Amino acid sequence: MEIRSMHFVDRVRERLDDPELQRNLKRTRGRNAAARAASLGGLDDFDAVRARATEIRASVLRDLDLWLERFEREATARGATVLWAHDGDEACRLIIDIARRHDVRSVVKSKSMVSEEAGLNAALEAAGIRPVETDLGEYILQINDNEPPSHIIMPVIHKSREQVTELFARVHGTEPKTDIEALTREARERLRPAFLGADMGLSGGNFLVAETGSVAIVTNEGNGRLCTTMPRVHVALTGIEKVIPTLDDLATLLRILPRSATGQAISNYVSLLTGTKHDGDADGPAHMYFVLVDGGRADLVGSDFEPMLRCIRCGACMNHCPVYQTVGGHAYGWVYTGPMGSVLTPLFQGIGNARDLPQAATLCNQCGVVCPVSIPLPDLMRKLREKQVERGMRPWTERLAMRAWAWAAARPWAYSACARAAVRYLCWLAGGRASIPVMGLAPGWTSQRDFPAPAARTFRDMYARQRRGRAS
Amino acid sequence: MTSAPPGGRGEVGLFVTCLVDLMRPSVAFSSIRLLEAAGYTVVVPEAQTCCGQPGYNAGDTRSARTLARKVIREFERFDHVVVPSGSCAGMVRVHFPELFVDDPAWHARAGALAARTYELTQFLVDIAGMTQAPGGFSGSVAYHDSCAGLREMGVKRQPRLLIDSMPDVRRVELRECEECCGFGGLFSVKYPDISGAIVQRKCEHIHASGAYAVALGDLGCMMNIEGRLRRTGDGLTQVIHVAELLAGE
Repeated sequence: MEIRSMHFVDRVRERLDDPELQRNLKRTRGRNAAARAASLGGLDDFDAVRARATEIRASVLRDLDLWLERFEREATARGATVLWAHDGDEACRLIIDIARRHDVRSVVKSKSMVSEEAGLNAALEAAGIRPVETDLGEYILQINDNEPPSHIIMPVIHKSREQVTELFARVHGTEPKTDIEALTREARERLRPAFLGADMGLSGGNFLVAETGSVAIVTNEGNGRLCTTMPRVHVALTGIEKVIPTLDDLATLLRILPRSATGQAISNYVSLLTGTKHDGDADGPAHMYFVLVDGGRADLVGSDFEPMLRCIRCGACMNHCPVYQTVGGHAYGWVYTGPMGSVLTPLFQGIGNARDLPQAATLCNQCGVVCPVSIPLPDLMRKLREKQVERGMRPWTERLAMRAWAWAAARPWAYSACARAAVRYLCWLAGGRASIPVMGLAPGWTSQRDFPAPAARTFRDMYARQRRGRAS
Repeated sequence: MTSAPPGGRGEVGLFVTCLVDLMRPSVAFSSIRLLEAAGYTVVVPEAQTCCGQPGYNAGDTRSARTLARKVIREFERFDHVVVPSGSCAGMVRVHFPELFVDDPAWHARAGALAARTYELTQFLVDIAGMTQAPGGFSGSVAYHDSCAGLREMGVKRQPRLLIDSMPDVRRVELRECEECCGFGGLFSVKYPDISGAIVQRKCEHIHASGAYAVALGDLGCMMNIEGRLRRTGDGLTQVIHVAELLAGE
């Protein structure tokens, strides 16, 4: 997917000025957070499960290469083929090769964020292969001229039911339906022939289980199961960091993933897919491939940003983010949105291509607190800010202001003189009023709010005077 | 609570913070009154300036380290260090040690200071054992949780307990009270549109609560919320630091 994160500020303005989007954001605000909070009561000890989940993911990253080799061995022994892609482009080439080898003309897809990273749909279409998104949200986006998702697990959360009604009537040429059940049935009627006629199913992968060479897929609509069992070829496309050691580990992570994501104790479907169809199996693909993508992940191992690779893509961080809840996912300009996107996008797409993302955060740490694998998201955003400073990417005005402040604050006499001057200036601006409506030095502040007027003197001056008074 | 004679419970170093120094000296005077009422001798080191948080959050760790060393040198002699700000206290408690992970000597000093540093209401309740706020105030008050106070320092129960001890105060809760007000330091100036939309929501919750005053523990949130209320035509709702509320005459 083409990155547009460099236009963040303009994209934010457009979204804040879009009344329909703002209505939709308002309607869903807090809903997922409340569902998550309610579901955590079902865990005997959330903190302990979270600590265990964190340790599972962290331990894998300490020996990522070994676990991936183990996964490859076990998957291969069960009839699957494991392919490695350096980046999204290579992943697309590998998948097109697989399709050609097996004479594939149409592909049914269940949700995969890595396929969004790679821009797989466009690549397949260019190769004359028809991809059909079968996750309802992704399907809606695909028929809306390949609109990008705005949330990693609820891709179409930015749309209202009314917008979907209008879209279905227009694209399907049917009577407008307002009932959600009727809309879903209409999508299902469109998708059923695609499932039946597909030569290949493409899925993502929530986890790769090393000890059995399996891929675990967590879905709610059942489309993932159809995609992975009906067509003769199944390709699981995911990132190399998704590997976990054992089925026991999977059980732990499954206790925390759906709860963090949608507030469900367990998703409607959990599919564990292992190898090709064998004699006696009722269903399953004749050919099974794993395309495991690096895409910038391997470089993070051993770096300050390694904790980011623990991410299990639950979306809790964005569901709790005041910025995401205000501007929506599209403002972020790439596949991943909210706090995890503000860290991943610059790491995967280049720090210079997403300068605003780690800056556009209040560091309130709601995301860090809810993360099921304890990723210190605000710390990672702060580290990205450090990288921007080290590489001279910040505007000179900001660098100068920071330097001047640090210089003065290290020298009490200079600080004191600056503070006194600042108070005098602000009092002059206030002109006796309680607050200052326009301030040239910080136009950003006064574009949105007044600046409260300070007291007439600094504390240190008042305190010194008071002490002198007491002494005399 | 104050069975000890005035000042008999030992010395407390008060870290005033630069925003209180510049904007609202009364917060520091109120803090002194509260700490003295709890039986402590309050010392205000004269050379103190800023904890270095603006530079730290902007990615300028070098200057953050310089200022952290300065704060550590000035305050490490006290039994307790008290800060009338959740975010500056959080800077000392959580981030100072992180700044010196590669410098064992300073890391140890940072850790020792961090362990003795408290947000004001946290100190008053958890260490001083205050159960009754000395000040008088009448009306309905909503307490706004600042992010760093809440999530870095664990300040939640303490200010509420003290506010509830005031006989003429009726405390009300804000909807989404744990959500950020949209200040975020330089964020508020760099991304004013987003910040403004977030603080607008906070103001709507304040209005919906019917509170006569909002009390809070951080100057940043205070300026942001007060500034937005005034900009949107609310000249009435008082925005008051929790120290001023608790110590008020």
